Amino acid sequence: MNKYRPSPVDPFNAARRRFVQGASCGVLALAATRTFSQTPATAERQTLSGTQFDLEIGPLAVNFTGQRRLASVVNAQLPAPLLRWREGDTITLRVTNRLPVPSSVHWHGIILPADMDGVPGLSFEGIAPGQTFTYRFQVNQAGTYWYHSHSRFQEQTGLYGPIVIEPRAGERHRVDRDYTVLLSDWSDWNPEHLYATLKRQSDYFNFGKRTVGDFFKDVRQMGLRSTLAERRSWGQMRMTDADLADVSGYAYTYLMNGATPTGNWTGLFRRAEKVRLRFINGSSMSIFDVRIPGLRMTVVATDGQDVEPVIVDEFRIGTAEVYDVMVEPAEERPYTIFAQSLDRSGYARGTLAPHPGLQGQIPALDPRPLLTMADMGMGHDMSEGSAVVGIEGMRDMPGMQHGAMPDVTAATVTHAPSEQTPGVDAQLLQARNSLSDPGVGLRDNGRRVLTYADLHTLGGPIDPRPPQRQIELHLTGHMKRFMWSFDGKKFSEAESLRFAHGERLRIILVNDSMMLHPIHLHGMWSEIESPDGAFQVRKHTFLVQPAQRLSYLITADALGRWAYHCHLLFHMEAGMFREVIVASGPVPAREG
Amino acid sequence: MHVHRRIMALAIALLAAVSARSQSASQHVPPEPPAKTMPDMPYHEMVTVMEMDDTAPIGMVLLDRLEWRGAAGASAGAWNAHAWYGGDYSKLWFKTEGERARGRTEDARAELAWDRIVARWWSLQLGARQDFGAGPPRSWAAMSVQGLAPQWFDIEATLYVGDGGRTAARLQAQCELLFTQRLILQPDLEANLYGKADPERSLGPGLSDLEFGLRLRYEIWREFAPYIGVSWRRAFGQTAEFKRTDGEGIGDARVVAGVRAWF
Repeated sequence: MNKYRPSPVDPFNAARRRFVQGASCGVLALAATRTFSQTPATAERQTLSGTQFDLEIGPLAVNFTGQRRLASVVNAQLPAPLLRWREGDTITLRVTNRLPVPSSVHWHGIILPADMDGVPGLSFEGIAPGQTFTYRFQVNQAGTYWYHSHSRFQEQTGLYGPIVIEPRAGERHRVDRDYTVLLSDWSDWNPEHLYATLKRQSDYFNFGKRTVGDFFKDVRQMGLRSTLAERRSWGQMRMTDADLADVSGYAYTYLMNGATPTGNWTGLFRRAEKVRLRFINGSSMSIFDVRIPGLRMTVVATDGQDVEPVIVDEFRIGTAEVYDVMVEPAEERPYTIFAQSLDRSGYARGTLAPHPGLQGQIPALDPRPLLTMADMGMGHDMSEGSAVVGIEGMRDMPGMQHGAMPDVTAATVTHAPSEQTPGVDAQLLQARNSLSDPGVGLRDNGRRVLTYADLHTLGGPIDPRPPQRQIELHLTGHMKRFMWSFDGKKFSEAESLRFAHGERLRIILVNDSMMLHPIHLHGMWSEIESPDGAFQVRKHTFLVQPAQRLSYLITADALGRWAYHCHLLFHMEAGMFREVIVASGPVPAREG
Repeated sequence: MHVHRRIMALAIALLAAVSARSQSASQHVPPEPPAKTMPDMPYHEMVTVMEMDDTAPIGMVLLDRLEWRGAAGASAGAWNAHAWYGGDYSKLWFKTEGERARGRTEDARAELAWDRIVARWWSLQLGARQDFGAGPPRSWAAMSVQGLAPQWFDIEATLYVGDGGRTAARLQAQCELLFTQRLILQPDLEANLYGKADPERSLGPGLSDLEFGLRLRYEIWREFAPYIGVSWRRAFGQTAEFKRTDGEGIGDARVVAGVRAWF
């Protein structure tokens, strides 16, 4: 499938402005002969199953854009091999590191002992170059998951792969075809340089800012007064409504199962077959909106957890999230799997086709969305004595009708003193409780778009007890300085969060920032509550929208030290990370 | 204890397996406690093991202007650059600017400052400035406020205290207008004030000069942008008198062309 074809694509041609479409199928597996002398010349995607696994982390020369680059991968494949486990099995994974730097593998969403979780510093020492670490744990869950490096930026350079765990009792939904669809973001840039660039100029990759031309267009459409008032509001906040993604298609080539859009990953089907697609967002910094024009998708699971089936045209998948959908192509023709990035700067693309080599029509990218009043929670605190905006100002803010306001069950927000820091650029006055807003760029787009309000995990919560206490944490940051934190405290400044072993607790997250954050707690499930406090959906990673207040319950039944962080790789690096310690003993004093 | 837990877990898993077909989701099985626990480490050790450090210093060098200035009489070359290095909260800053004409440095300065962010959009800088070029060199202690004012104005306001009881102040403001995502117009304004006259450097007290520039750049890459523009400059008060005495004009408009680059 992944045969390399030489390509004439010039990365500096006009297409680069939109995004790097990619040279070809991707992996050029000659490479790195020092470490991979036995590497097969073609990179057929490998599936490994059973209870004993040998994984080798190493470098691999790849060519996605016409430029040769070195990736860090597992078993000479990008993405890493699909691991098939069986619920109830005890599995052993011997992971050998052939990179010249330390590495690790984290089993994302898997409930396992803390020392098997693969986070250097918290779970174990990491895997030194040349060393082998043996992971061993019992698998007590089923569904779609993934694995990735938790060392430095190796995830950005290709160290990720899918996991499918077969339920003991057999699959709930019988299908004829079953594919994992792993989305990721490849960059020819060294990730260290990407990160440093964001620190130097945080809007470097944003090529969607509003221009003088847009100003005159807005004046024509809504008048000078309104336009000026609106620009003044954003200027007051010193933020831009085009801040959707920190790294865009300018630096990224979006991949589907390791294939560029040009490479066109293809999943075969015959007419009227049932096809299960297990979407995994294995990207480092990208959020995708996924659809298959011509097919309705039945969402049957998220983050490995079966949900009441819900039929949609489109769904948003945050970094590290997982969605299983079923489709039934009625016609004998190719269907495009289209995953556009949140900021519409590019897309990953593949095809469901009756025969190899076919491709369907590729839809145009949606217009680039702008953040709206809804994303502002009707107003951020603009402070520093500027009394101009506030809630009233925002309410009068014209031109914000880019979509109907979702139901605003707003809650007034109070802020911890630690948020009063130069590292935080905005504080919310009112938060949105609703789960039924599909989010920026997906409102009223004429398609049926999945929201968290549509997701109902089958079987109810894992723990029926009401929470004994609650912790409120704010997702905070400073766009311009590219600082990210919880409650205004970066990882280096924060105490660990302490959970008492066995307690049921509620965490309330309030997103003060204007970006979406995919939040991931290791080791324990996050059971999201509906605005009225009912059990909604069980997840390992979930998106918190700008100005959203999201509450979820946790059963702290996993002893040990765990990572808790934003899964946008560079937000994590910049400080949006906390350690969670689950220890026996009394319930800690109320925090947050 | 552990064996007991394992048996329990197995029993639950079995039960779940039996009932799964008729029932819904699989049962949740809490994980075993870790066999090994990582010891507590101080932050600097932790970041080495984790390879994740939100305090890691970063540096940047910005050559904001490297330009040719065409005037009616003679043309000149000018530079304006800064560099910083440090973490999110504190940085070391170096700034320099100056102009060369007729083969000699006319008016130039270099500053070294410690920068600390003090508010959401503002930082405070404390440092020293050294003037060189025409006239005797001057040294100053400097304190400035630098940041982003509402409506996206980059502001830098600095107070200087020099030897011999000299004082000075400088105000700079600039903003950006995007014609496209890469074609950017940058207006900027600079004012210099002095506490007392410094005839050796041809400076009078009060407002000595104003400079207003308009530079239109095209970012081939974000890091590299050639530009063209105009720069108006006018001397005031006694400074203007000094210039007249020296046979120079007190104001001029010049065409500028140069590059902006950073890394």
